[in-house]
Amino acid sequence: MANLKTGEKKTKAQSMGLHTEVLTGKTQQKFFNPDEAENFYYFGTYDVDFNKRTEIDVKDMECREANKKIDDLMKEGYGTIVIKNPQGKHSLGVGILNKLNLIFEGSLGYFGVGSMDGPIVRINGRVGWSCAENMMAGKVVIEKNAGSCFGAAIRGGDLICKGSVGARTGIDQKGGTIIIGGDAGAFTGFMMQRGRIIILGDVGINLGDSMYDGTIFVGGKIGSFGSDAVEAELTDSDQDWLKRKLKVAEIGENFDVSKMTKVVAGKKLWNYDALEPTEKKGAI
Amino acid sequence: MCGIAGLIHRGNTSKVGFELQGMLQALKHRGEDSTGYALYGKTDGQNFIMRFKVGENVGEGSNSVMEDVSVYDERKKIVDGYLKDLGATIVKEERTLPYSLRYEIQYDKDLMEFSQKIESVTGVEILSMGKSLEVIKDLGNAEAVCKRYSLDKVEGTHAIGHARMATESGVDIKSAHPFWGYPFSDVSVVHNGQLTNYWNNRRVLENKGMRFMSECDSELIAVYLAEKMRNGATLEEGMKESLMGLDGVFTYFVATKDSLGMAKDTMAAKPLVLYESDDLVAMGSEEIAIRSILPQEIDTYDPFDGMVKVWQI
Repeated sequence: MANLKTGEKKTKAQSMGLHTEVLTGKTQQKFFNPDEAENFYYFGTYDVDFNKRTEIDVKDMECREANKKIDDLMKEGYGTIVIKNPQGKHSLGVGILNKLNLIFEGSLGYFGVGSMDGPIVRINGRVGWSCAENMMAGKVVIEKNAGSCFGAAIRGGDLICKGSVGARTGIDQKGGTIIIGGDAGAFTGFMMQRGRIIILGDVGINLGDSMYDGTIFVGGKIGSFGSDAVEAELTDSDQDWLKRKLKVAEIGENFDVSKMTKVVAGKKLWNYDALEPTEKKGAI
Repeated sequence: MCGIAGLIHRGNTSKVGFELQGMLQALKHRGEDSTGYALYGKTDGQNFIMRFKVGENVGEGSNSVMEDVSVYDERKKIVDGYLKDLGATIVKEERTLPYSLRYEIQYDKDLMEFSQKIESVTGVEILSMGKSLEVIKDLGNAEAVCKRYSLDKVEGTHAIGHARMATESGVDIKSAHPFWGYPFSDVSVVHNGQLTNYWNNRRVLENKGMRFMSECDSELIAVYLAEKMRNGATLEEGMKESLMGLDGVFTYFVATKDSLGMAKDTMAAKPLVLYESDDLVAMGSEEIAIRSILPQEIDTYDPFDGMVKVWQI
């Protein structure tokens, strides 16, 4: 394992400008040191070839069997895997910590592609509750609608739903971006702590309720603001970012972002900015 | 956690007993303490069908007791006598299990008076009364109950059902869903969630003359809607009022002779997936319930918070 103690000397990552934050006191943050890359081993990862493609039919498989099959195929070097007939099964494609093109030809049930770190996923159907929960990195595109708790507690990556989503989208979100092409339900951004949510359609009641930080952009009507959620000025850089993000997300490329409403935390309930950076990291 | 499912064929009939069995069995991981069916069958609409029980099937946590079959026979005799007194004629009689009976009855007077008289017999509960509705509920999962009562052959237009994990009351038939919307003919309700103002509402409704048979919070929805309808509200109006009148988290379905409705609480805390087409509406706590009857790729969605919808056959 790499030596994670930073000491007084700056790490190479910091000297390259990847991390500008000066840390004080104890921290659990582990900075990656390129000099020691060969010593790192990320459990459950494999070298895959994106041009090596295969299909599996999971119609008669339990979710555990299907997930094991995906893992076995990655082990064999397949970088593009197509899943046929998911038929609303729960917990498919969870815990993938690899670069991978994963395509679902159909709909997923609850907890689809949760706790993943790295794959690019396309779902040509609908997803149930808690899709991509705890996602660390990667990209998920859903062609139809999504259930409640969409992107709960995600920490990174892009999560895109071209249809409408249920209640509590981005609950406890800690990073990354969630983009919704249609409408979103009640309590969107509930207790979110970092990251961004973009909703092109209308959103339900209690938007951003008890949010600590992060930003929500809404293109349509807002049912009501939640506790401590406030409207903020939509800046030019916000608009530039929104245009870029919507283009990359293959959604709403021609959407008039200048009319969007920006919602942030009023920080009357909890104010991270009053804390030292180290304490911020610890709290998150 | 419980699972609910419902479907309505618009303009035609189907084997709704078999279809609902598949939907509820797909949800068995949400609870298999008991399973209940409310089936709206194909009938000539002339006679009432009364499903009733003269005893309990008792599981964990129930305050009821198992009794001897001779007690059931005695109660049945009293019910038969009361029916005669009420001017009702038994056209057909079936006894599926020692404690479970199905009568086809000719009767044209007040249902409230009828129900009160029949249920005055100790241990007797009318599970449903209607010209189309039949409520069948018992302990076990969907497959077991379907098999026990031969429901797979029942043909009809619509149905709602419930797979129960008992949390608020014991495991027995009286606490199982669906609940009949007493004293309204052909009204039934299933619910997933918890109601937190059950006792407050129950006291108010009992003072207005409404009857409760169990201590299951879900029964409140049936009684609440029945009371609204008794005062002239339509089903949809009653359901919309329930969003504010009932406190807690809930998704519930209600069915009448010719319609099926759903309501979701204002926090959208309980799941529901919905499929709508011109000739079929199917819904359930999870998509896999719908997939059991529609395995092909379909468009479904989660209804939003505070949504009420009603479909006609």
